[in-house]
Amino acid sequence: MNFFTRKRSAENAKERLQLVLVHDRTDLTPAQLESLKDDLLIAISKYIEIDPEAVQIGLERDGRSQRLVADIPLRNVSRRHAG
Amino acid sequence: MTAQVITITSGKGGVGKTTAVANLATAIAADGKKVVCIDGDIGLRNLDVVMGLENRIVYDIVDVIEGRCKLKQAMIRDKHFPEMYLIPAAQTRDKNAVSPTDMIRICNDLRSDADFVIIDSPAGIERGFRNAIAAADRVIVVTNPEVSAVRDADRVVGILEAEEKGNPALILNRLNQALVRNNDMLSAEDVLDLLGIQLIGIVPEDESVIIASNRGAPVVNDPKSRAGQAFRNIARRIQGQDVPFIDLDQQSGLWGAIQKLAGRK
Repeated sequence: MNFFTRKRSAENAKERLQLVLVHDRTDLTPAQLESLKDDLLIAISKYIEIDPEAVQIGLERDGRSQRLVADIPLRNVSRRHAG
Repeated sequence: MTAQVITITSGKGGVGKTTAVANLATAIAADGKKVVCIDGDIGLRNLDVVMGLENRIVYDIVDVIEGRCKLKQAMIRDKHFPEMYLIPAAQTRDKNAVSPTDMIRICNDLRSDADFVIIDSPAGIERGFRNAIAAADRVIVVTNPEVSAVRDADRVVGILEAEEKGNPALILNRLNQALVRNNDMLSAEDVLDLLGIQLIGIVPEDESVIIASNRGAPVVNDPKSRAGQAFRNIARRIQGQDVPFIDLDQQSGLWGAIQKLAGRK
């Protein structure tokens, strides 16, 4: 990697720790989180049409608490007019 | 007197728990308080050598628990501060010789007779750690600005939360300010943001800590040592005083003067 474009190591350390801590604290592996996302999408798709490509689900830290944050854009559905 | 019981722990080994206990106890004793240190690392006794008291041990904590001596007989008086004592760990016994109930009983016996009881926790999150936190009124977590140490500290903080031990305070030990300036070491802000607990002190990396422990004389006795100053400040904060944090960016000597002139500070 080029010396001038190389990210300084403290930034690597912080980013890696942010990820590791959130998984340690929730006792949820990245693979389990992926499967949680899949299950969540299947459940939501039963009721509304979503764009699976645009979905963003992740764990976020807020002080010492964690939250599961989901941004799930809905597909526009043209309303069927009855009669 | 009603002593406050403080446990110093870390998760990861080698981050400076024992050094912190020896220095904080010495600094608090130098402020005229009565302090009793307990080495909680059964089988891996170390606080005695760091405090320079290894030749004075007759009885240890397991002797007290198993009734071979009175509590007072296992309290080794410090060489310099007559109001500072060490209760050493047993070196030859297995960890199960001590239980959380034993620790609570010993600390309760000490409460009426001291200002502070400081417990040196072993590394890890097993029996020895559970013993060390059982009697604590307050827990201080020591870490270094390194990924492994911060990760383990976070595990310990999580366990303390689950055990309802209250919010622990953080000592960030061995911070190298030159590396932080180069963005090659996690800063105090980074570590606090990651761990989400309150800071009680930052101790700069300082060769005089190694020299002091070689001699068995805690570095707080060295008025020139920056680590010693940091530990003295933490000791005052433990005693409830409001001591401002040292500006670690201040550099002494010629290089600092040049940097100041060049406007880099």
